[in-house]
Amino acid sequence: MILLIKTPNNKFHDLEFVKPIEDILKRDNINFKSVHYTKLDKKIINIADKIIISGTSLMDNNYLSHINNFNWIKKIEKPILGICGGMHILGLIFNGTLKKFQEIGLTEVIFKNDFLGFCGKYIVYELHNLNVESKEFKTFAMSNNCTQAIKHKKKSFYGVQFHPEVRNKNLIINFANL
Amino acid sequence: MKCAVLFSGGKDSTYAAYLAKKFDNDITCLISIISENPESYMFHTPSISKVKKQAKVMNLPIIVQKTKGIKEEELKDLEHAIKKAKNEYNIEAVVTGAVESAYQASRVQKICDNLNLECFNPLWQKEPEEQWDDLLENRFEIIIIGVAAEGMEKEFLGKKIDRQMIKKLKEIRSKYRIHLSFEGGEAETFVLNCPLFSKELVVQTSQIYGRGNSWKMEIDVK
Repeated sequence: MILLIKTPNNKFHDLEFVKPIEDILKRDNINFKSVHYTKLDKKIINIADKIIISGTSLMDNNYLSHINNFNWIKKIEKPILGICGGMHILGLIFNGTLKKFQEIGLTEVIFKNDFLGFCGKYIVYELHNLNVESKEFKTFAMSNNCTQAIKHKKKSFYGVQFHPEVRNKNLIINFANL
Repeated sequence: MKCAVLFSGGKDSTYAAYLAKKFDNDITCLISIISENPESYMFHTPSISKVKKQAKVMNLPIIVQKTKGIKEEELKDLEHAIKKAKNEYNIEAVVTGAVESAYQASRVQKICDNLNLECFNPLWQKEPEEQWDDLLENRFEIIIIGVAAEGMEKEFLGKKIDRQMIKKLKEIRSKYRIHLSFEGGEAETFVLNCPLFSKELVVQTSQIYGRGNSWKMEIDVK
């Protein structure tokens, strides 16, 4: 079972940032359960095989004020995919820092090494005002402006700055099938 | 949250308004852009002046902004209209009916970010089959008022979209590869009735114009 962690502060944003991920998983008959990060408990984290952390809107930085809700990430070994805000969370949990970088719309990204089946040039959909840097992650892809795909140096923790649920749905399927 | 809906009078923006209300938002106004360019990159054009009648039966104020429809310049007109909504109706958010167009969605996102407004796209990435099911289950009465695709002939103008029509559209899709939600501009729609309307709108007169594969129906509703 994949645990899909919802980050939007407003439920109306779930339709835009969570439901498209749920639809991708449903189409491939992948079992999942969606839970908001404020409603997580140990049981659901323990029974999940993998975890996806969603992104949220440009104005919604609420998850950054609750970063301690994600401290459990340090103790687990199962694969995690953090999307946009979800990538920020992964970086921050591992001593990263946030910087202001805005990208909105379609952008070219180059994957230098294989990352969840992605290698080479891709057009991706961006929607972010921030970007994270953490020395505990290796960079796999960049746009002209900033880091786009990172993986933890020791664990199967993946982060993407862009929104694969919009133009690069296979990335989510490839993660689900790891 | 107090919000403005970018409203064209078609199925997607009307359904986005319906969802905004369903999620307990307070729609304080609608914003419609009347483009003088029928090939506008951003805005659905036919019968847009009829949105005032829709706004009336929704009991909502509407900001109507004209634009010459020149690419990128029309965005300034949109920003002007959203600024007006912020000043006059104290909106905190903008709701759009964007489904797949990264072009439309990203430009509205940028404007909202500049104006410090939230942006909601509740139909984002939604599958067309699911969208039609939701529209019909919620008793949306929708007619076709524009066609521009092989397989979608002039005869479709004025037709109501029901289960039988969806079946027909799926047949056309398998033959001509149209997008079932008309994301490629294959057709334009107009909502005559939905749960947000206090009464059904009825087509009084209609005039068809166009050529080749592109036809529009200008309607007068009451």
